Amino acid sequence: MAQASDVNFAAPVHRPKAQWNQRTIAPWLFLAPGLFMFAVYVLWPIVQSITLSLYDWNGLYNKDGAFTGTFIGMGNYAELMTDPAFEVSLWNNFYWLALYLLALPAGLFIAIFLNQTVRGIRLYKSLFFFPFVISQVVVGLMFAWFYAPNFGLFYLLTEWITGKGTAILADPDLVTFGIIAAGLWPQIAYVMILYLTGLNNVAPDQIEAARLDGAKGWKMLWYVVLPQLRPATFIAVIVTVIGALRSFDLVSIMTSGGPFGSSRILSYYMYEKALSEYGFRMGYGAAIAVVLFAIMMVFISGFIWKMWRDEKER
Amino acid sequence: MFPRPIQQSSTGAQWLYTIALPISLVIWLFPLLGVALTSLRPASDLAQGNYFGMPSGIAWENYVYIFTETPIGQYMINSLWVTIPTVIGAVSLSLMTGFALAVYGFRANILIFFMFVAGNFVPFQILMVPVRDMTLQLGMYDTWYGLALFHIAFQTGFCTLFMRNFIKALPFELIEAARVEGVAEWRIFWYIVLPLMRPAIAALSVLVFTFIWNDFFWATVLTQGVDSQPITAGLSSLNGQWIAQWHLVSAGSILAALPPVAMFFMMQKHFIAGLTMGAVK
Repeated sequence: MAQASDVNFAAPVHRPKAQWNQRTIAPWLFLAPGLFMFAVYVLWPIVQSITLSLYDWNGLYNKDGAFTGTFIGMGNYAELMTDPAFEVSLWNNFYWLALYLLALPAGLFIAIFLNQTVRGIRLYKSLFFFPFVISQVVVGLMFAWFYAPNFGLFYLLTEWITGKGTAILADPDLVTFGIIAAGLWPQIAYVMILYLTGLNNVAPDQIEAARLDGAKGWKMLWYVVLPQLRPATFIAVIVTVIGALRSFDLVSIMTSGGPFGSSRILSYYMYEKALSEYGFRMGYGAAIAVVLFAIMMVFISGFIWKMWRDEKER
Repeated sequence: MFPRPIQQSSTGAQWLYTIALPISLVIWLFPLLGVALTSLRPASDLAQGNYFGMPSGIAWENYVYIFTETPIGQYMINSLWVTIPTVIGAVSLSLMTGFALAVYGFRANILIFFMFVAGNFVPFQILMVPVRDMTLQLGMYDTWYGLALFHIAFQTGFCTLFMRNFIKALPFELIEAARVEGVAEWRIFWYIVLPLMRPAIAALSVLVFTFIWNDFFWATVLTQGVDSQPITAGLSSLNGQWIAQWHLVSAGSILAALPPVAMFFMMQKHFIAGLTMGAVK
């Protein structure tokens, strides 16, 4: 131990002092504006929200600018435990998460379908990617049209098959699945483009070698191709999970959480509690947001951990 | 190549593939095509229940109507006022943060980097109440700059991740050589690194443009009126007024989708490069 520190001290830095200083200060000067903005708008609000979740606050201030909230400790969280709307939202979030992962096989399937070199294939790939480029507000309106009772194609289709049309957005049991299907549309497009890029970089010699060994179809996909697509799969899982938990636009546009609150998810329920006609319950809203944040943190930590491992390997 | 190139298959299979491509595309884009066609259908057709039959004419007047009778043009301009400053702001800030994190090996480097990455993934709702409150306190509620400032800060997270990895992949010898020559650090940034960043700047610009143009949540949280609401929020409130007037809803939707779609088509290569970063090793 003593030897090691001796060595460190014994190795003087052979640099002019001014330059050394410049190189110590420079990164902080480059970081300052970005770090400042990020701290003010992202990091500090997280701390504030967590604190706020321990208060009962209607979002107002006194005339002299004093905060009007009252500290209630874990009160908001205790209320969440018995709030049926919170339970519905949590379950719906779970459905979103589980069903959104269908974007992976579906995206892979389309990517494999399109990974050919025929005329015009580039245009096909771009057009298949289209849904991701469009705003979710527009996607929501498109699917609302598709699902519309009496004339919507989905309604007509169910009428033709079962003899009775299903107005999916008005059905409390099915509405969430209808919205998830709308969300899957752009998400599949995103996963598809990730896999197309991945497939482009699969080592051709390994494929040829496996082919000579008689590997075909499913076996080839499972044992040779998928292992090479692992980086694409990892990114796809991350963006899909985050996308599922973040979704807000579609619920807001297509149903506003209805009918009877049955399509609420945590992100929307939080907004409803804190900012809509249901009352400005900022503290309660913050508590819902903290729960969502905690769920997200599980996945974010996983991602960071993987990145950290990759960084160390370099 | 996987799957096996279709050219090596039988003629029958090749024919099948050639036919399957357009059919699958039409099915895939069905909601989009349906809405695009509805946006050009006369209101009288819809009133008579003619939703999918031959339209009685092409109704450009739907588009004329939404431009003249609703503030949709103003909403589009508002969107540009938020989107363009955000693209410039987030890209410039992240060029600097990315440079700092890629080039200098200081102690807190990896910690700050991971903080940017993690912040980029947090749910918006955890930021909502404090950010809205702060924007109100600063008198920036319901203004384009109040919205743009938040977007700049938030997008800096994702952009830093991108820029840092991009600069890391540049040959470090360039910077070493300049340092040996005694070039100042900011000059290294400006004259050596920045000119090499063009592809990264292009990729991030189109991505951020699309993300911000399509943002709905912050538009509803931080803006309210016709004077500052971007198109996504505006379309949502128009949708509330146009109950079941699907020819107008469709025309508005197509209009709102147009700018990012045009951006994507013009800058396709950069867009995809930005989006698939990390999908290959």
